[in-house]
Amino acid sequence: MKNLHVALEDGTPIVKGVDLKVATGEVHAIMGPNGSGKSTLAYAIAGHPAYEITEGQILLDGEDITEAGADERAQAGLFLAFQYPHAIPGVTVTNFMRQAINAVRKARNEGVDDPVPVPEFRKQFLAQMDRLKVSRELASRYLNDGFSGGEKKRVEILQMAMLQPKIAVLDETDSGLDIDALKIVAGGVKELVGPEMGALVITHYQRILNYIKPDFVHVFVGGKIVEEGGPELAETLETSGYEQWEKEEVTA
Amino acid sequence: MTQTETEIVQEIGSDYGTKYGFSNPDEAKDYFFKSGRGLSHELVEAISEHKSEPDWMRKFRHKSLDYFLARPMPTWGGMPSLHEIDFDNIFYYIKPTENQVDSWADLPADIKDTWDKLGIPEAEKKYLAGVGAQYESEVVYHKLQEQLTSQGVIFLDTDTALREHEDIFKQYFGTIIPQNDNKFAALNSAVWSGGSFIYVPPGVRIELPLQAYFRINAENMGQFERTLIIVDEDAYVHYVEGCTAPIYSTDSLHSAVVEILVKKGGRCRYTTIQNWSTNVYNLVTKRAVAEANATMEWVDGNLGSKLTMKYPAIWLTGEGAHGEVLSIAFAGKGQHQDAGGKCVHHAKNTSSVITSKSISKNGGRAGYRGLLEVANGASGSKSKVVCDALILDEESRSDTYPYIRIDENDVDIGHEATVSKIGEEQLFYLQSRGLSEAEASAMIVSGFVEPITKELPLEYAVEMNRLIQLQMEGSVG
Repeated sequence: MKNLHVALEDGTPIVKGVDLKVATGEVHAIMGPNGSGKSTLAYAIAGHPAYEITEGQILLDGEDITEAGADERAQAGLFLAFQYPHAIPGVTVTNFMRQAINAVRKARNEGVDDPVPVPEFRKQFLAQMDRLKVSRELASRYLNDGFSGGEKKRVEILQMAMLQPKIAVLDETDSGLDIDALKIVAGGVKELVGPEMGALVITHYQRILNYIKPDFVHVFVGGKIVEEGGPELAETLETSGYEQWEKEEVTA
Repeated sequence: MTQTETEIVQEIGSDYGTKYGFSNPDEAKDYFFKSGRGLSHELVEAISEHKSEPDWMRKFRHKSLDYFLARPMPTWGGMPSLHEIDFDNIFYYIKPTENQVDSWADLPADIKDTWDKLGIPEAEKKYLAGVGAQYESEVVYHKLQEQLTSQGVIFLDTDTALREHEDIFKQYFGTIIPQNDNKFAALNSAVWSGGSFIYVPPGVRIELPLQAYFRINAENMGQFERTLIIVDEDAYVHYVEGCTAPIYSTDSLHSAVVEILVKKGGRCRYTTIQNWSTNVYNLVTKRAVAEANATMEWVDGNLGSKLTMKYPAIWLTGEGAHGEVLSIAFAGKGQHQDAGGKCVHHAKNTSSVITSKSISKNGGRAGYRGLLEVANGASGSKSKVVCDALILDEESRSDTYPYIRIDENDVDIGHEATVSKIGEEQLFYLQSRGLSEAEASAMIVSGFVEPITKELPLEYAVEMNRLIQLQMEGSVG
């Protein structure tokens, strides 16, 4: 992200100049209080049409994706784990997953259909479900329809594991999770981070970072990164909170 | 092998010519182009004559025509386009050569393209292309029929059934939908041709659906098919009308009548997915009678046509009878789907469920029109009506007309209706997984109709979803 500015449809500026580079193999944490614009940043990165990038650029693998649609960004290797995943009644998790994978494969095959062979898909899908302790019964249920908070978050990570993005953005993935679920979800993310994937973890609390150790921590207040550091910064925040920067924001 | 359309036309030509003084073959040929249009007693006479029908049927047709001519056009439903039908400009039995479509290659490009995209098997394509493949399909059918014949099942086209089983035919024909039931039932009664006749003897359960692929050609001959199904006591049949097969009607009006009687303890399911080209008026009367403890189920998918007015009905006349109507209506540009269902409770402890899902896009209009009626004395009856509408854009329209008449206190009636739009957030969620906007919309729509598609035989469910995808592809961008 280069000098990224994001505004709402009515023109209200929310994100006010963010510079951030996430490499594969790295975990970055963006920590900030409620209302700091964290989720707006996540949506803007993923290409939500309601958030307008008014200035700056988003690059993925050197390609400018600032103007690209959400689908094109996903096809290029970007993934957003939603804070509140939406329900799609009537569409099973399995069907959705296979169609999403096939859409991505088609895009990567220069627009020519290249569907994943069903046995291969099934094998991978079952393996990932087991790894993330997603009950197999969930696979034939409608996507996020009547899922518990924990089920939704686990299915988000399941999607991430199946789609194998280059950069994953996790928006408040820890919210609403009990400690056991948090460990499973965090473990799932940790395993995927490596030479093929980097992660940007957006969170209010330090809790999730106990399980996904970040390489870099960025403190995000008032639509800007106000402080950067290593993992120790997260621990400092846990005790001191965001107050010092919020005061500056008010006085500024 | 059945006669080709051309042969029928030529034969009618000589027949009609002889009878009415058109003896010159060349002139007769020309004559068909011109005076084939329009409706008259002479035409009805010619149809009946050509079919060598018994006198009672000939009279039935003439009387039906009188009813048709006497009845005013409906002033509800598909307004105003219903009144644009020019009855004088329609070929009721004969198709004009200029518009005759009897080969795949001659189909209009958009319809042909649809089927190409659907990737229907090469064998089916051949079948649709011509006579040879059509023959192949009939072999499959006859195999099935042999098996069923040994159990006493009758499964024939309606004309043959009249010739070969006149007694049983006459006993039921026109008893469930009287010839003067409505203007279009009267029209069908006057000029009907083709359709299916099914009789399932007591206790016979036909586990595999009866599919009427052969009827594609039969329907090309005329679009006033007449279907009569009698399911005897404790018998079962699932009849599937393969209207997703590219039935292309060169005429612009399709008006069928389907009568079904399900006797005590029997069960009948009737599945239709109609995908007419969008220049066809589809005005169909479908009604079933369910006797004591019988079950009748209509599964009715409407994707094509210019205007559809169709409300499959179930009369629950025996104690404990059960009826279900599952209806999908999908209206795109220039289309109006006035679909729905009717359940009439006339006996104690009867139950019914009507589930309607309508989708409108690109200025299309889709809706639910239904009747739920409980007669005095039909105590202990239960009914549930659920109609959900999905509107895909600002130009499109959805209507709900739920008529409810309850003349009995001891009943349990529920009615739910929802109208929704595809949410931007749902779309974004799916797009963020790599699906295009069209793919994401199609996925949401497929999910919306899933409660109904899951009731379809697999191949039809797959086709239904593909048709929805095709519809959606055209709607975005």
